[in-house]
Amino acid sequence: MSALTVREPQLALEPRLLSRTSCAAPLPALSRAREREHLLAEIEASGLTGRGGGGFPTATKLRAVALGRSPIVVANGTEGEPASSKDKVLIAANPHLVIDGAVTAARLVGATDVVIAAGRADGRGIAALEHAVAERRGFDQGIALGVVAAPDRFVAGEEKALVNWLNGGQAKPTVDRPFERGVRGRPTLVQNVETLANLALIARHGADWFRELGTPQEPGSALVTVRGAVRAPGVAEIELGTTLRDVLAGFGGLTAIPQAFLLGGYFGTWVSARDALDLPFTNESLRPLGASLGARLVIALPQDACGLAETARVVRYLGRESAGQCGSCYFGLPAIATAFEMLAGGTADAPQALERLSRLVPQVEGRGACSLPTGATRLVTSALRVFAHEVDGHRAGRCCAPRRPAVLPVPDLHEHEWS
Amino acid sequence: MSRHIRVNPILCDGFGQCAELLPELIELDEWGYPIVSEAPVPASLEAEARQAIALCPRLALTLERRRAAQPLGAAR
Repeated sequence: MSALTVREPQLALEPRLLSRTSCAAPLPALSRAREREHLLAEIEASGLTGRGGGGFPTATKLRAVALGRSPIVVANGTEGEPASSKDKVLIAANPHLVIDGAVTAARLVGATDVVIAAGRADGRGIAALEHAVAERRGFDQGIALGVVAAPDRFVAGEEKALVNWLNGGQAKPTVDRPFERGVRGRPTLVQNVETLANLALIARHGADWFRELGTPQEPGSALVTVRGAVRAPGVAEIELGTTLRDVLAGFGGLTAIPQAFLLGGYFGTWVSARDALDLPFTNESLRPLGASLGARLVIALPQDACGLAETARVVRYLGRESAGQCGSCYFGLPAIATAFEMLAGGTADAPQALERLSRLVPQVEGRGACSLPTGATRLVTSALRVFAHEVDGHRAGRCCAPRRPAVLPVPDLHEHEWS
Repeated sequence: MSRHIRVNPILCDGFGQCAELLPELIELDEWGYPIVSEAPVPASLEAEARQAIALCPRLALTLERRRAAQPLGAAR
């Protein structure tokens, strides 16, 4: 167990995204095509990728939308992931940097409308954005800024769902591609707020500066939410490529020996603490474990918690968050949740539950209009792998932590609207 | 360029006719919704594929031309 001891906290990173002074310098005007092409090339050279979970190259997305007529820019700060707070913290701490990025993206793609979306429950974020937009009145020439409060559902922030809601529909995914047909039928650039904040920094300081942090493949800093068995849970800015051990040290270190980490969010992957603790926090190094940075969420599961029981609660929640549009998701996720609860409950049915899961997962994985079914099966598959030793105990009718308070937060259900 | 069957999972209501007309490429999950093969539609099955598409009561199937690289943000 010596590999899992706690180290002294590391010196904190000089913040970029969470520093108010990051908005001090003026933004490039971008009135000439040559200037715009120069910045697009800088963004490409910076290697910036989407910070919302998808990880798509930002420059490619910008170029695709720029090809269309009268595009629209949507800054996505909805952060429907219940355990994640990094976008909420960024919006509250630095709304102007987010808006700088959205305005810059609008100038790059030729948009005159910018919509900034935050979750309805994020009152602090909505207020910060509205205040910032009011402060900027008259500054962003030729750009109309709007702030909207989007429904608080898990899939509402999925870009197609968000576009559908902005078009007056429910916040449920569609099969349209926003970069072709988005808000008001116009090509729409939907970018996570942290991605846009980085874009504003690159516009001011350039690609080389951006690459001073991070790894050559995954440059820059990142906001991460860390919860579970750490002394100071919350959000911090880290350098990509920092080992998970040092990331945790930045949150005050571990309060208990962890057995596993949930990486990426409720769409994410369980990894054993032993396998992951000394890996650099990058997609590249996590790939062999089947994990990725995803929504940049790390939950440290202490030894006395039950990974199966925790996963069962989250899978039930994900099933109830199905938009009910695709049969394989609407029927499949609750079926998986029921089988997983049987397994975690340590009943005599556990062996059948395991067999049932092995039949259900391939019927759900990779299907549907959004990635909810695939995310849920990824979580389930990784739980069965990482907590395999517990599966045996549960099959024999023993749960390791039947009375412990939950580590993974799950919101109250049925209280949020779709529109 | 190859042709593939694509299902719009939101439109689909699980009538299941497609799997009867084209069992080589379409099977149903246990709730009756089609799982469509990623494989290209072979020339020998093109007539059956077109019939399955035309007879879907929800018009949820399409024949999609696909290049080697996947398009940006393709729905599954």
